[in-house]
Amino acid sequence: MHLAAAPSCRRTHSNERPVLLNLAVETNDSSATAPGSGRSVVSMDGVSKVFSNGTVALTDMSVDVRPGEFVSLLGPSGCGKSTALRIIAGLGEPSAGSVNWPLSRINARGLPEGDVGFVFQEPTLMPWQTVFGNVYLPLKLRGQSKSAVRKQVMDMLALVGLADFADAYPRELSGGMKMRVSIARALVTRPKLLLLDEPFAALDEITRQKLNDDVLMLWRQSGVTVIFVTHSVYESAYLSSRVLVMKARPGRVCADIALDPPRERDESYRISEKYRQTCELVSDALRDAMNERRLQHG
Amino acid sequence: MAEAADKTVAAETEEERPAPPATPLSERLLRIGVPVGMFAAAILAWHLYIVVNEVPHYILPSPGAVATSLWNDWSTLAPALLVTLRITFTALALALIGGVGLAIILVQSRWIELALFPFAVILQVTPIVAIAPLLLIYAPDTQSALLICAFLVAFFPILSNMVQGLKSVDHNLLNLFDLYGATRWQTLLHLKLPASLPYFMAGLRIGGGLALIAAVVAEFAAGSAGAGSGLAFRLLESQYRLNIPRMFAALVLLTATGVAIFGLTSLISWLSLRRWHESALRREN
Repeated sequence: MHLAAAPSCRRTHSNERPVLLNLAVETNDSSATAPGSGRSVVSMDGVSKVFSNGTVALTDMSVDVRPGEFVSLLGPSGCGKSTALRIIAGLGEPSAGSVNWPLSRINARGLPEGDVGFVFQEPTLMPWQTVFGNVYLPLKLRGQSKSAVRKQVMDMLALVGLADFADAYPRELSGGMKMRVSIARALVTRPKLLLLDEPFAALDEITRQKLNDDVLMLWRQSGVTVIFVTHSVYESAYLSSRVLVMKARPGRVCADIALDPPRERDESYRISEKYRQTCELVSDALRDAMNERRLQHG
Repeated sequence: MAEAADKTVAAETEEERPAPPATPLSERLLRIGVPVGMFAAAILAWHLYIVVNEVPHYILPSPGAVATSLWNDWSTLAPALLVTLRITFTALALALIGGVGLAIILVQSRWIELALFPFAVILQVTPIVAIAPLLLIYAPDTQSALLICAFLVAFFPILSNMVQGLKSVDHNLLNLFDLYGATRWQTLLHLKLPASLPYFMAGLRIGGGLALIAAVVAEFAAGSAGAGSGLAFRLLESQYRLNIPRMFAALVLLTATGVAIFGLTSLISWLSLRRWHESALRREN
């Protein structure tokens, strides 16, 4: 079915360019996100991915992510957003196209040396290690001794509010706390790029909002560039400086929406008119993406 | 702030801590009392049966006669026990090294697994009693034949559990190790081996029990060729001499050894998993 649908989709949309929208009203500090300025942290160049069962997960995806951006990949399930993230992380080879790292030193496997942190949908902690041991892991794999990096790990734990739980085992933590350990582990190597794959999808709304605020806080403090995969309009509108709306079958980017950089977002922003407008804009873009698909199939 | 809420949750459990529901004394007495009481009752019933029916001791000895035999024949039984223990534990140690080692090699590549696994299965499914006579011919001496038999039996559950464990590692964690450029050795040491520890422990518990059984079975197969060897030989010898109480005494020693091995492997398993694995945690709702 996917095989049959793919060629027709391609034909219909081969001339289509992603819609560029700009909602940045106060553009005084959005220079980092302005198109064309500076070099990318990572750029995907015509990346396609076809799985061995014939499913076309991504077609011709080209995205430049600039330093300091907070990019959300938003789309329905099956639109290839997680696949795109995994390809960026080097966890899967693209079938066509390439991923480039203009700002990083590249290692033998074609990946940036220690410049990427990844947070999975599940906390993905090692149950036999303490919280400290889990966060220490990336440094251990680099051959750094525990005593040399103890402070670095503890500082990271303090930053996510888990300094008191360094000796606890993952099973003793709540879902939100486990996710924070996972984030601390991703950030402990001080990466240039942090990739998050629907990290809070399994959490309750309250915990999720708190963690959203935490991620924003970490983003502001560390200056890390973030690519955040989500299927929540509200989450993407709250967090991002840029939202890439994706479409399924075959997966591709169909709208590139620049937002105000989320410097001052907090509880009051959540109930502001501006947030509502942003949500509406993103929501419309997503609906367009979904409708087109329905028309094709209808 | 975000962490505040989580901390309050933790604080509640740590500071205000309502007294944990202590296991009542009666409950604890019950846990020890019931099995011990049942055991004593069974022995008493055995004793009464003998006394009431006046069963001759060469058909079924009384518990007292067995205890007496255990005491009087200790000088014969103790060396035999040592021999059986030595074979069992040497075989188990070899099976652990061989099982874990081969499992690590098997999961390295699909080719190796396809090539070697059939041999492991063939060795496992062939009844040990059937190959024991052959081993007795080929092995340099009886002791090493017994050792090989016990090894072959204990080896397979450890191997297959370990292979299963090494393959059941969380794929996301494997991805994570890939992401950080972990070497094969690092992935094995820091991820695959710890993740398969629960499987290894299951294999150890099964293998421990089987090593003893195989040691005894092999000795039976060796028969009189194993002159002056382990407990199984003493069992046979007592049977030929119609010394039924001593036969029972040897049986008691074998059972006790089995229970001890089970207890020991369970303890090792609990000690190594108690901090993190579900199987070793007390469930509390």
